[in-house]
Amino acid sequence: MSKANLLNRRQVVASLLASRGDAIAVGGLGASTYDIAAAGDHARNLYLWGAMGGAVMIGLGVALAQPKLPVLVITGDGEMLMGLGSLATVGLQKPKNLSIIVLDNESYGETGGQMSHTAAAADLVGIARACGIADSVALATLDEIAAFAARMQDVSAGPRFANIKIDAANLERVLSNRDGMFVLTRLRGALGFPPI
Amino acid sequence: MHARADASTDAASWPEDIFAILQRFEVRQVPYVPDAGHSQLIERVLGEPSMRGIALTTEEEGVALLLGAWAGGQRGVLLMQSSGVGNCINMLSLTQIFRFPFLTLVTMRGEWGEFNPWQVPMGTSTQGVLELAGIRVLRASHPDEVREVMEAAASQAYDACTPTAVLLSQRLIGTKVFVK
Repeated sequence: MSKANLLNRRQVVASLLASRGDAIAVGGLGASTYDIAAAGDHARNLYLWGAMGGAVMIGLGVALAQPKLPVLVITGDGEMLMGLGSLATVGLQKPKNLSIIVLDNESYGETGGQMSHTAAAADLVGIARACGIADSVALATLDEIAAFAARMQDVSAGPRFANIKIDAANLERVLSNRDGMFVLTRLRGALGFPPI
Repeated sequence: MHARADASTDAASWPEDIFAILQRFEVRQVPYVPDAGHSQLIERVLGEPSMRGIALTTEEEGVALLLGAWAGGQRGVLLMQSSGVGNCINMLSLTQIFRFPFLTLVTMRGEWGEFNPWQVPMGTSTQGVLELAGIRVLRASHPDEVREVMEAAASQAYDACTPTAVLLSQRLIGTKVFVK
């Protein structure tokens, strides 16, 4: 189902990554990973095809290890709902270089579009803020997203959380690489770490 | 059978052995869900500037965190109790997909004179669950073997990227005593 006033997820992610610089991007399983792949494969992308609920924590681990690099977690509402506790963990650690972006289509798009909790009840911005992530916002326009993308480069003012309501239309899948060892070794190599 | 030391009045030496080995292997991120059996080690970690103790809401967060740490060039270790192993199962997939240096230290409940029957089901299946998930399991039951077991575990986890769990027996940490 498509609503005219909601943002297109591919445009949103393309805008978030257009001026990424040295940023590391972690994509939650499902359509978020396809969106990141559609914006262009990159050595600093870490794609997930499973481990539902783990995207934010993977991002936290990278962010703590690389405090001078912007770290972006781009995931969906279903994946975020499965790891809500990780927002409390981020709220406690307060990594200044971590930005969490939820592409919220209020549904489980990968499994047939079943309604998610955000359609009727759960407010992810409120949850993130209440977990101690003070900079938690809802973004509704491409201008706001471009401004947020610029703020993500500031590694002294995070953590930040953005929820973006997007069109629930299922788009053509753009499959990222799904060989974890390849993606991980490539990312570590880009950061200057050789294979063991 | 001996009672667990709840206060710091009776510090054991084996947590110090663990801490020294973690330092030697340059472990930087230490996610944990608290357990009384880990309390001495957690205090040491939180007091060590080169390490970051990271309190979790559930143990599976720690599996994902350790992948992220390694992606960013750091080693970590996950501290949890045996009941937490059950919370990790799907997330342990990451250790096979990414073959990163995964090490967890698990304090055991549900064995060796356990008072609380609620600890027994998960404590009984802890080792089997880990092994089914592809994790190599080592165990320490006596204080004087902790150093050797930890050496082996850290070596194979960090040097060979072999996902490894060390079970710290209830016999080692002491049976929790429930008093009114």
